[in-house]
Amino acid sequence: MANLLSIVTFLPLVAAAILALFLRGDDEAARMNAKWLALIATTVTFLVSLFILFEFDPSNPGFQFVEERDWLIGLKYRMGVDGISVLFVLLTTFLMPLTILACWDVQVRVKEYMIAFLVLETLMIGVFVALDLILFYLFFEAGLIPMFLIIGIWGGKQRIYAAFKFFLYTFLGSVLMLVAMIAMYVQAGTTCIGACDVSLLNHTFASTPISVLGFTIPGGVQTLLWIAFFASFAVKMPMWPVHTWLPDAHVQAPTAGSVVLAAILLKMGGYGFLRFSLPMFPVASDLLAGFVLWISAIAIVYTSLVALAQEDMKKLIAYSSVAHMGYVTAGIFAVNQQGIDGAIFQMLSHGFISGALFLIVGVIYDRMHTREIDAYGGLVNRMPVYALIFMLFTMANVGLPGTSGFVGEFLTLMGIFQANTWVAAVATSGVILSAAYALWLYRRVVMGDLIKESLRSITDMNAREKFIFAPLVAMTLLLGVYPSLVTDTIGPSVENLIADYRADVLESRTDVAAISQGH
Amino acid sequence: MEAFILLAPFFGALICGFGWRLIGEFAAITVATGILFLCMLLSWIVFLGFDGESERITIMRFVESGSLSTDWAIRMDRLTAIMLVVVTTVSALVHLYSYGYMDHDVNFREGEVYKPRFFAYLSFFTFAMLALVTSDNLVQMFFGWEGVGVASYLLIGFYFRKPSANAAAIKAFIVNRVGDFGFALGIFALFFLTDSIDFDIVFAAAPDLAQTELTFLWAEWNAANLVAFLLFIGAMGKSAQLFLHTWLPDAMEGPTPVSALIHAATMVTAGVYLVCRMSPIFEFAPEAKTFVVIIGASTAFFAATVGLVQNDIKRVIAYSTCSQLGYMFVAAGVGVYSAAMFHLFTHAFFKAMLFLGAGSVIHAMHHEQDMRNYGGLRKKIPYTFWAMMIGTLAITGVGIPLTHIGFAGFLSKDAVIESAWGAHTAAGNYGFWLLVIAAMMTSFYSWRLIFMTFYGAPRGDKHTHEHAHESPMTMLVPLGVLAAGSILAGMIWFGSFFGEHDEVNEFYGVPVHHEADAAHGEADDHGEGVVAAVEEAAEGDTEGAVAAVTEPVTDGHGEAADTHAEPAAAADAGDHGAEVAGWSPGMGAVYTHPDNHVMDEAHHAPKWVKVSPFVAMLIGLSLAYLFYIVDPSLPVRLAENQPILYRFLLNKWYFDEIYDFVITRPAKLLGSFLWRRGDLGTIDGGINGLAMGIVPFFTRLAGRAQSGYLFHYAFAMVLGIVILVTWMTLRGGAN
Repeated sequence: MANLLSIVTFLPLVAAAILALFLRGDDEAARMNAKWLALIATTVTFLVSLFILFEFDPSNPGFQFVEERDWLIGLKYRMGVDGISVLFVLLTTFLMPLTILACWDVQVRVKEYMIAFLVLETLMIGVFVALDLILFYLFFEAGLIPMFLIIGIWGGKQRIYAAFKFFLYTFLGSVLMLVAMIAMYVQAGTTCIGACDVSLLNHTFASTPISVLGFTIPGGVQTLLWIAFFASFAVKMPMWPVHTWLPDAHVQAPTAGSVVLAAILLKMGGYGFLRFSLPMFPVASDLLAGFVLWISAIAIVYTSLVALAQEDMKKLIAYSSVAHMGYVTAGIFAVNQQGIDGAIFQMLSHGFISGALFLIVGVIYDRMHTREIDAYGGLVNRMPVYALIFMLFTMANVGLPGTSGFVGEFLTLMGIFQANTWVAAVATSGVILSAAYALWLYRRVVMGDLIKESLRSITDMNAREKFIFAPLVAMTLLLGVYPSLVTDTIGPSVENLIADYRADVLESRTDVAAISQGH
Repeated sequence: MEAFILLAPFFGALICGFGWRLIGEFAAITVATGILFLCMLLSWIVFLGFDGESERITIMRFVESGSLSTDWAIRMDRLTAIMLVVVTTVSALVHLYSYGYMDHDVNFREGEVYKPRFFAYLSFFTFAMLALVTSDNLVQMFFGWEGVGVASYLLIGFYFRKPSANAAAIKAFIVNRVGDFGFALGIFALFFLTDSIDFDIVFAAAPDLAQTELTFLWAEWNAANLVAFLLFIGAMGKSAQLFLHTWLPDAMEGPTPVSALIHAATMVTAGVYLVCRMSPIFEFAPEAKTFVVIIGASTAFFAATVGLVQNDIKRVIAYSTCSQLGYMFVAAGVGVYSAAMFHLFTHAFFKAMLFLGAGSVIHAMHHEQDMRNYGGLRKKIPYTFWAMMIGTLAITGVGIPLTHIGFAGFLSKDAVIESAWGAHTAAGNYGFWLLVIAAMMTSFYSWRLIFMTFYGAPRGDKHTHEHAHESPMTMLVPLGVLAAGSILAGMIWFGSFFGEHDEVNEFYGVPVHHEADAAHGEADDHGEGVVAAVEEAAEGDTEGAVAAVTEPVTDGHGEAADTHAEPAAAADAGDHGAEVAGWSPGMGAVYTHPDNHVMDEAHHAPKWVKVSPFVAMLIGLSLAYLFYIVDPSLPVRLAENQPILYRFLLNKWYFDEIYDFVITRPAKLLGSFLWRRGDLGTIDGGINGLAMGIVPFFTRLAGRAQSGYLFHYAFAMVLGIVILVTWMTLRGGAN
């Protein structure tokens, strides 16, 4: 199948179109049809995407399943995956059926809700497989529209405020990225990211220092481009201090929206760093890596401390997400095998764990309609299965060995240590704080005697809820015990990325040395 | 077989925890217990039949990332074998004991099923502990390390309705995490330096580490010292050493069998095991070793002082554990890893028994734990009384001085104290004196426990005393087995752990190394001469040292002594010594640097050194007898006369209060501050301010559309695409 990637990408969109065009009415039957169609479409997408995984050759560090077609006015439609992106595609297709199942009880505008998620899936997969700048930009930016709708229509009481914040942050980042993209095209004369003769990944952007308004900018054009992309990706990650949209967005988003937001959308930032910042602007990355490392270390400690002070479950988990993304950015900008392997691993693992944690909040939110931590207590008395699953993911969240959370944290920290021991020490202290906020949350919600009158009749998880968690539990434990599954797949591509990066940085350094000697 | 021992408890835990609904409660816990007894049997077969040769059993791949390549694997050597028998034996007995102890627990409601959960946790703990002690690399060890931490967390918080139990569980986990912070950094540093985390490779690189400088945080450090120091921080957390000890007494909130298994015999000794396991690194890290000795000795002393005044029977034993762990660290820190393991081994028997005995008393007294409400229980629960008596004789170190006949603790504790003396360093002397004083206090608080519990007149609730009853057989049998261990373990294995050099080396599978051996043989024959030589060498008088040995020895031995006499060239001697010995770090279960003769020194300690712990024990016993049998009003009067000291000890030197004030509360306040001032105030405030300027501008631009922000966004995006595409078209297309 030559166009496997297109099939996987657009299958959900086709299902969305069918829903939009052919499904009429808003009675119970129509709702069930919408939900079942969405579930089947996402499941089929997942099954098809498995072919990508089976056919993928991990020993080849280049792009595979490459598709190329002519498109609008001289633009190209290009897709392909390498070791860095292929597992993100799988993560997306794996989580979407679970997400659909998680919103099974939604009663308001079910058809539109399903359409929003299906469109979102197409756009998210598109981001990871696009090999053309324009295509990437389209997917990257358009993905926010369904997310907007999901928060704006099916969200909580203050959804307008959350959307407002979301808008401002992402808008500023996007504008800068767009300008940078134009500049890249001007410089390189192509919009092809990779897998063609003249591509942005092969192009060496000028890194000689330039002077702007009397300031000399080391790294020159690369630095400017790097900063523009950084603005967009840092907001997406989100990195401290541009993270404050995330807690609000999570709190206002419906459960399924939070799952997608935390598990997949946040990974676009990390993916962007790996696809654009490091390989295309290596000299600038080298110059600014220390800055990113420190920002990440601050993020880990800062947001972990803030998480300690939260009274809202979703906010606490959102801040915990920001802290965990701190390991990712630090691992990426440590630029060594363990750091980047760990960062990708951490992103995948965080997909399962944070997704599960938001679902866990969703389970009791559906029953009690509050996210206030103090409204709960002693749930273990009536919900033993829930307590067990919550325990498992709490432990995974604090990075317990044997769960996938450990491997990501451990590898990134190992990589960071080689880059900067101060940052490593500060970042490692995050493991203490994460234990504090996560166990404290667990204790207040689950442990103790059940004394609150309102909780007397709360019921344990039903079959559908257990069914949603089963694959997440399995993946969390599997990757924790046998992480080679992931590292084998991503290893060669990451190795290739690092080798190119080091060569470029070395070259620019010898250039600088030659110039200074020439004078 | 080793793989079976490791994995079987895990499956036992699964069957018990999840399968009890299918096979019934009793069948489930019996399966878990049966598996543990089978593991115990196999472990003893492994231990007794073990020839000392290290071997490696690979189970499956773990992770590969660049130069990091690690398997799940078992490293089978003497250290592993010792830990296998300790862990499986105590665990199996505690499983059996829990049949009786956990029956009809008052913390659960009628009809609630909690026993399978308890047994599943116990079995899971055993699995994690076995993973820790069998690992052949640091990541797997860390897996076990954190795994036992979780099991401990779950078991301390087993009575989930008790707020105090929940608080204690969290505290244990977090304080341990502080230690793990150091442990993890130690692993990262080792990987950074040696490109591996497998023991074989790391150990082989140890001599090089001693000569490597590493920039870590603000300074340049000697690599071996830094790594050893960081790893030891992990050990401090797990083994409840001073500054990171506060979780252990609180952990007594867990059911008593848990205290016996996890917080006395096995998990808390993991730190000692870690130091012994990493002996090749520690042998090249003299400053780190000094630190280990100082922390160990201080803990032994500190915990013993607190133990003097506690009234909760379990807390007394908890502080006693803390103190005894300090002993083990002193032995490891002066370089006699074998003595540390010896004390670990015997301590497992008598401390597990003291806890299980205390559990039996608590069980008899209807969950009363305050010793002030005990008294005169000797007749009511005679078997328990005798078990506790044997445990006390063992921990206080009763035996015949200057012989190798005595209770287990007598032999191992004296080995530790003599080793401390044998180090002949300032830290060693500090350790020696504090340990002797601690031995006196150990004797005092242990006998105080016995006298308050079993002697005198019954105090407290009369009804409870009348209904005090001996425990069922399932609880008494484990006590009997452990009692046998407490009496005999020391005498049987003294030679292997702390006997003559060759015997100990053979026990640990250390390869025979001729020249070094010859020197040691010499040391045995002409002990005094070499001792003198080394002492003089320490003072820098190399010539004198050589002269002191030359007379009774041949040239070859003189050379060997010469090597020892150059502590100044320590870095060189690292390589040289290893060459001479023909024995590189990592072969055999523990590594002793060729310059490390502390054990021989300890063997030749003067008589007053060897007798001093015994005398200390007698003083402690006499004082306890005076205070609690002869004149029971004496302790009260003393506490009244010394109120400040008494309260200082009773409140455990105020560590909890200080930590709460200095760390816990500021962390919460800081979090709250960063959130309200940082996130909500500064960042959001700034952005909102910015927004007030920008948004109206775009609102006008977008023609005051009705759909709100979404529209702005989509509009901006489409606008961007249009600009980009137009630009490209004008320039003649993308290609």
